[in-house]
Amino acid sequence: MKRLLSLVLLSFVVGQAMAATEEFTLTIQNHAFAPKEIKIPAGKKVKLLVVNKDATPAEFESKPLGREKVIAGNSSATINLGPLKPGRYPFVEEYHETEAAAQGTIVVE
Amino acid sequence: MFAAALIVFRESLEASLIISIMVAATRGIPQRARWIISGLLAGLVGAALVASSMEAISNLASGIGQELFQVGVLTLAVGMLAWHNIWMSAHGREMAAQAKNAAKAINDGSRTRSVIFLVVALAVLREGSETVLFLYSLATSSEDGLRTTITGGVSGLVAGVLVGALLYAGLLRVPLRWFFSITGILVLLLAASMASQAARFLIQADLLPSLGAPLWDTSAVLSQSSAMGTLLHGLIGYDPQPAGMQLLFYVVVLVTIASGMFWVSRHGQAVKK
Repeated sequence: MKRLLSLVLLSFVVGQAMAATEEFTLTIQNHAFAPKEIKIPAGKKVKLLVVNKDATPAEFESKPLGREKVIAGNSSATINLGPLKPGRYPFVEEYHETEAAAQGTIVVE
Repeated sequence: MFAAALIVFRESLEASLIISIMVAATRGIPQRARWIISGLLAGLVGAALVASSMEAISNLASGIGQELFQVGVLTLAVGMLAWHNIWMSAHGREMAAQAKNAAKAINDGSRTRSVIFLVVALAVLREGSETVLFLYSLATSSEDGLRTTITGGVSGLVAGVLVGALLYAGLLRVPLRWFFSITGILVLLLAASMASQAARFLIQADLLPSLGAPLWDTSAVLSQSSAMGTLLHGLIGYDPQPAGMQLLFYVVVLVTIASGMFWVSRHGQAVKK
């Protein structure tokens, strides 16, 4: 009984924690990011939903954020970010990283 | 074409450095060439399979399948490298002295051969699957089309293999009495570097806290995309903006394997008849 109670409590806490995570959306279309700049709060975990509207796979990569994830064609993926210090964190679509459209920035404030 | 060459170079360089170090580290083990080539082929087949099922992998484990897959591959490779290094510290001296008993050498070498097979296969699988996806994406999307993508890809591959071959040629110039100490250190650093990458994926999957991200930032001094930065990343796991957890994994794996090597070489001395 006690265990059940703690389980209920735990799932409540986890649920709260998940509900508290803010989500941001980044779209890739024609190998271009939209928006090019995303503002996220400092010191908090957030989720970045990357939606790839192209038929070809894309790779979200950011060395400053320590993130890399392949997003299959016509699908989306969630990338966990933070907690981060205020600053600018560039990211690229690695397969087209030399093109300006495939570069963006996470701005942490 | 330049974009294709650059990315394929980066990916193939990492695999090629790992393979060169492994080829050097298993010098003197009979039939190792056959196992290296089998590892390469298995890795290529694996890379194609992984690339074609990337979407399915990504959707596993409520969206963190890709991260878990990378962690699995890296952990397996770290385990293999650790095993190899600890085994070598018990037998390295005999190998360096050109094993007198050929039958015993083949017997001892059989387990090391499966290690080299796996390490080569995993390296090719990891870097290869990304390359396949990239080339597929580029060939179908850029105006340059298929032909330039292939030309660029092939030149990138050749350059990557060339750097690995240079490393191997350089290692062969090391006198035999130091040779296995040097390759042992390189394998040790490779294992620590892979552990740090595994930590990065565990943080990305939100399974581990970052413990400070980044811990420091040396990207202004030495960027990871520079030639030197890329090389150091492949060899010792240089990361200009590491998370605290990455450093922790790096140090723990480094110290654990080094202690294992030290312990085995001391006890091996006592046990040896």
